[in-house]
This record gives sequence, C-alpha cells and structure tokens, in this order.
Amino acid sequence: MPASSNMNWDRRNVLRAAMGLAAAGGLAACGSNTGRSTGGSGDGLVQYFHAYGEAGVEQAVKRYAKAYQDADVTTQWITGNNYEQKLFAALLTRNAPDVFEFHPQIQLVKSGQVADLTDIIEPVKDDFNQADITSHTVDGKIYGVRMIDDPQFLFYRPSLFEKAGVEVPTTLEELIEAAGKLTTSKVKGIFLGNDLTSIDRPLIWSAGADTLTADNKPAFNTDAVADGLKQLRGLFTSGNLLLDAPADSWDPSALIQGLTAIQWCGMWAMPAMQKALGDDIGIFPFPKVGSAGKQSVYNGGWSMFVNAKSKNVEAAKEYVKWLWIDQKKYQEDFATSYGFHIPPRASLARSATKLKSGLPAEGVKLFNEFGHFDNIGWTQAMIAAFWDVIANTVRKDGDPKAQLDACEKKVDAELEKLFG
Amino acid sequence: MSTTTTRGVAQPAPAKVSRRRPRRGLRASSTFNFWLFTGPFLTGLIIFVFVPIGWSVWLSFFEARFTVTPSEFVGFGNYQQVLTDTNFRNSLVTFTVFAAFIVPATWALSLGLALLVNRLRFMRAFFRSVFFLPTAVSYVAAALIWKMSIFNGVRFGLANTVLGWFGVDNIAWLANPDPPWYWLVIVTVRLWLQSGFYMILFIAALQNIPRELYEAASIDGAKPGWQTFRHITLPQLRATSTAVILLLLVAAYQAFDEFFNLLSKATWGQPPLVELYKMALGQNQNYGAGSAGAVVLTLLICVVTLLQGRIMGFGRGEESK
Repeated sequence: MPASSNMNWDRRNVLRAAMGLAAAGGLAACGSNTGRSTGGSGDGLVQYFHAYGEAGVEQAVKRYAKAYQDADVTTQWITGNNYEQKLFAALLTRNAPDVFEFHPQIQLVKSGQVADLTDIIEPVKDDFNQADITSHTVDGKIYGVRMIDDPQFLFYRPSLFEKAGVEVPTTLEELIEAAGKLTTSKVKGIFLGNDLTSIDRPLIWSAGADTLTADNKPAFNTDAVADGLKQLRGLFTSGNLLLDAPADSWDPSALIQGLTAIQWCGMWAMPAMQKALGDDIGIFPFPKVGSAGKQSVYNGGWSMFVNAKSKNVEAAKEYVKWLWIDQKKYQEDFATSYGFHIPPRASLARSATKLKSGLPAEGVKLFNEFGHFDNIGWTQAMIAAFWDVIANTVRKDGDPKAQLDACEKKVDAELEKLFG
Repeated sequence: MSTTTTRGVAQPAPAKVSRRRPRRGLRASSTFNFWLFTGPFLTGLIIFVFVPIGWSVWLSFFEARFTVTPSEFVGFGNYQQVLTDTNFRNSLVTFTVFAAFIVPATWALSLGLALLVNRLRFMRAFFRSVFFLPTAVSYVAAALIWKMSIFNGVRFGLANTVLGWFGVDNIAWLANPDPPWYWLVIVTVRLWLQSGFYMILFIAALQNIPRELYEAASIDGAKPGWQTFRHITLPQLRATSTAVILLLLVAAYQAFDEFFNLLSKATWGQPPLVELYKMALGQNQNYGAGSAGAVVLTLLICVVTLLQGRIMGFGRGEESK
C-alpha cells in the first residue's frame, strides 16, 4: 500500500469519518423499530398486550396479527405487573398504540382516549353477553370489544378437604374455619394473593354491596363490608393464610406446589391445574359475607380498544372488527386453546366444546349464576383507593369504618371530576 | 591566550518557517472548539433535562389529569394538595427512616470491606471484584431475587429455610407490616447493591494515605489496630467519608426500584419517588400534582444537601480545616 494512502487518515479525516458515522447512526436511529412498519400491504398498526401467563398466547396473538392482510400489525408484549401504568403513559405520547387491550373505564372515554366502536359492534351486538355490552357503554355508545370473560373463584383440593373433614364453605366464617382445619406444618389453609387486592370486588359483592350505584354514587361503604374486612383481618393474623408466595394469585403455582389447600384464581389457570392435579380440583364462589350477602364470582376479562388519538383510527377499527368480531375461529382459539376463558360471543360460548363438560362447565355455571361484571364508572383510581382500605385494615389493623369513610371521600372526589 | 572558536560545533538550525497560512476566523478560535465539543452535550442537557424540568414546573401550576398539555391554571392548588397529602408526608418519614438505616450501614460496611481488602496480600483483585460486582446488577433484578428466592414467605425461601433449622416458623417478610420485617429486606438488598461501589472509593482513599504517617505514629508509640485507625486512618478519610455520605443521602432520596418492586400495593414503606410515581404515572395520572410534588422534593434535596455540606465541610479547602 503506498504511503500516501496512510496520509488520508489524518486527524481531520478521522474526525470527518466519526462525524459521518454519528450522523448515519442518528439517521439509522430515526428509522429504527418504531413499530410502525409501512413496508407491508397497507397502514402500520401497533397493538399493546399485557403478558398472559399461559404458554402460547403471545405466539397466537402475533399469528393472528400476521394473518391480517390490510395492515402490518406490530404487537408490543408488555411484561411486568404495571401494564396499566405503561399503557396510560404511552397514551400521552406520539408512540401511543393504535389498538390496546384493557378494562372498560370511564376516564378513558371522558379524556377522549378511546374511539367509539358502536358502528362495528352494532350488527352483532345481540350475540354478545349483554352484561359485557353494558359494561362498555357510555351514553349509548360502545367503547370496546370484549375479547374474553375471566370468571374468578376459589379453587380447592377435594382430597385435602376430605382428609380434614371440611365441607365446601358458603359463608366467610366457614371459609376462615376451613382454612384453620386445612392448615398443617407444610400446607397453609388458603391463599388470597400476596396483598389480598384480588378479592377486593368479590368482598364487596358478597357483602351485598356494590362498587357504585346505578347513578354513580359510592355503594361500598356498608357495615357488612366493614365486618368482612374485620373477619379477613382475623384470617390474616391466624397463621392459616399463605403470605409472600413467590407467585401471586393469578398464577396456579401455590396450589399446584402444595403450598395451600384453597387458592383464589381465574378460570384461565384450569388447564394447568388439571394437568398437575388431575381430578383433585374443585371450585366454589367467594362465600357470602354477613347475613344479607350472597356468594359472588368476579367476571374479569380483557377488551380491545382503539386509541381515539391515533392517526389510523379507521384502520385500527377495521383490524379490531376483523379479529374480534369476524374471526370466530381465532376468538375461540384465544379463549380455549391456552388458558380457559369464556368467549363473550354467546354463539361461541355455546359451541366451545372444551367448556361443555367437567370443571370448565362448572366454571361457566358459576359465571352465569353468581357473576358480577366490571362497572365502567369504577376507575383505576377508585380501585387503588379501595386497595388502600385493604392494606390499612386487613394487613395493618386500621379501623375498617374509618378507612371506608376515607376511601369514600376519595371516590367522591373522583366521581365529581368525572361526572361533575 | 585562549581563544574561543566555534568551529566544529554544530550551530542550531534555523527554525522552519511554516508554510501554512495562519488559521483565521471561527475555526481557529478556542470558542469554536469549545462549542464543538460541549455543544452536543449541552443540547442534550437542554432537551432532556432542562426542558422537562421547566415543563414540570409549568405543569405544577395547572390541572393536568390524563394530559401533559393542560389549559386550566390552578395556581398553587397542586402544591397545597401535595403538602396536605398524608401519603406524601408519610413518604418523607419513610425516607428519613430509610436514610437513618442505609447511610450509616453502607458507610460502615463499605469502609470495613475496604479495610479488609486493602490489607489482603493475596487475591486482592479477586475480592475487590467480588464485592464490586453487585454494583452491576439492576435494582429491579436484585429486588425480585430478594423477594422471590431469599425472602419469600414459604418454607423453601432461603431465609425461612435457615430459620426453620432453628425451629422458627415461616415469616411473611413483605406482606405483613407488623413487625416491619420489610425494612430488613429493603436495607439488605441495597447494602448488597451499593457497598461495593463505595468500597472502591474508600480503597482509593486508603491508598492515598502516606505510609510515613503510620511510621511516625508507630515511633510515637501508637498501637496498630483501633488506635491507629481512630487517630490516623479515619481523619485521613474525612473528605472521602463526607462525599460518600452525601452520595448515599442523595441515593436514598432517589430510592424507587426496590421499594416499588418489593412493596407493591402497600400503604407503608413508600418513599417520595414511589408516591410521586403513583400520583403522576400510576392510577391517578395527575401530572399537575405529581409535578408539584417533584418540585417540592427537588427543593428539599437541595436544602438538605447544602445543609449537610455545610455541617460536614464538604468542599472546604484544606487550609480552612
């Protein structure tokens, strides 16, 4: 190599090259994966999903998205326990998803964050579970398409019940007594989640109360709810409640690993439990609290929403219609091939063979008999305020009535801001 | 007669006259070089630090729920809300308790480790690396290891297994605030994570202490060990100790990750940043109140830092000691 070629790499050229590389890097960064690929057959869409615990769900969601021909759909699979915080923060930015799953909450509607989907649901509205339609409706407009219903109940090991001479409890007193009889040196009687917030609404409903009245006034601050909180405090300090388990109540590990005899969990975990425990698994609703109460089942679930501030609202609506209204094959696959969920489409719920017998059929029965659905007016801030009540009374021995009063004030303030 | 001759002595060669033209204008000036090198960083600082701070101050005077471009001016309403908020005030108490535990504990542990490692004759680099390595672990990962493996409440958690050997029942380390075992979990995870870094600072300071001081002390009859440590080592580490305590205090104010991951959905053990996160980015999405809280917290950190610097003499010249 001639010497002159080395002369080309003096300090100035090195600096130029470095600046060139930096500029190229910057430009490359501008074109990096923003999730808005337009190289496909149409508009690019981004959808947000929280991480499901069951194997294969992520692949299924991405497979459905890939099958859609009219737009490139990128899936952001959000892991961690704070999906809602990540979603809320993202919705304020330009990188907000076009489509996202969440629960129906009125602040999303009031702040103009979700698009009206009435026109795509209206033609098939009658085929949906009407409670789901109600829970997504504000002022006659429907703001989300329900994807799955997730009934949640208490799972138990019949063999352990038989050994301890325990009957299936129907009241909170019986449940607490059963937990005491089932507790051994290695197995705790019951697991209600590490912070007990999973049973917030079942406790309210089972005490004969509700989160809000029909005209959006607080309805949870009753003596029966306060008594229920007191009873749970007794359970918390009894030593019969499993606390600080490695996985929380949404995961069936505690029951499968023999850490507890009863566990609060959702129908999604049934296949995993049946695989591990065979027939030694049963379910019952959250028991009634107080004499005026009634057993309850929380029908959680997830719904698909369209970001109203997206640049691709129409394309996003088309995608939601295609996947969650037209593609019944995918809807059934999503509801029954991984964990078990109940399809919100009545026709699908009727035809889903996996839900027709055995424990899943029992789950569907409890869902129909004792089910309570989300109230769109009960927002995340109100949920958090009630979680504080549980923390301060059950885990910290605060006065339940005083805590419920404080919570009511916070909920009132929220309602004032939402409804005026 | 002596004569002086220059014959045979090499004369200095005349200086080469540069044929390059002298640099003129902007490129030649030091101002250009200054902006060339600091400009990009300054731009980044303005865009990513000063603008958000300014925006946050601006937001703190507005009603900003579910938006960061609000229109309703509320004056000091958000400040009033934050300062009368029991949770925010409790978070300052939590910080005080946490700082009271973690600052002296980390100072003592990192100094102790530095003294031990510095005395080693063999494998010094190995042990220095072993103690420093946790610094590279993320706070989130460490918190989850502590929560799920060591301090979970079931019988196969490491801590409960060890206690079980002595006949002690399983303890719910994090779920139950009474007794407040959660402090043990939080303080140990942070000690593990940060002691190695401060150990390195102390090792550097120890190596800067002149050997002559120890020799002179020995001649004067000072006994090695505690007496030497108290009268020679500790005073010589004063500047480093002051800096370490200052850094520890600021880090304690910034505590978030381990509290957030270990004590989710609790109403106790919530430091200021977790409270602000819940207020602004959590369920409430109240960016106005959250920004007001951030401004209050920033001012508080500045005041405490200045006071601490004044009390401990941080930045004071040698002559003024």
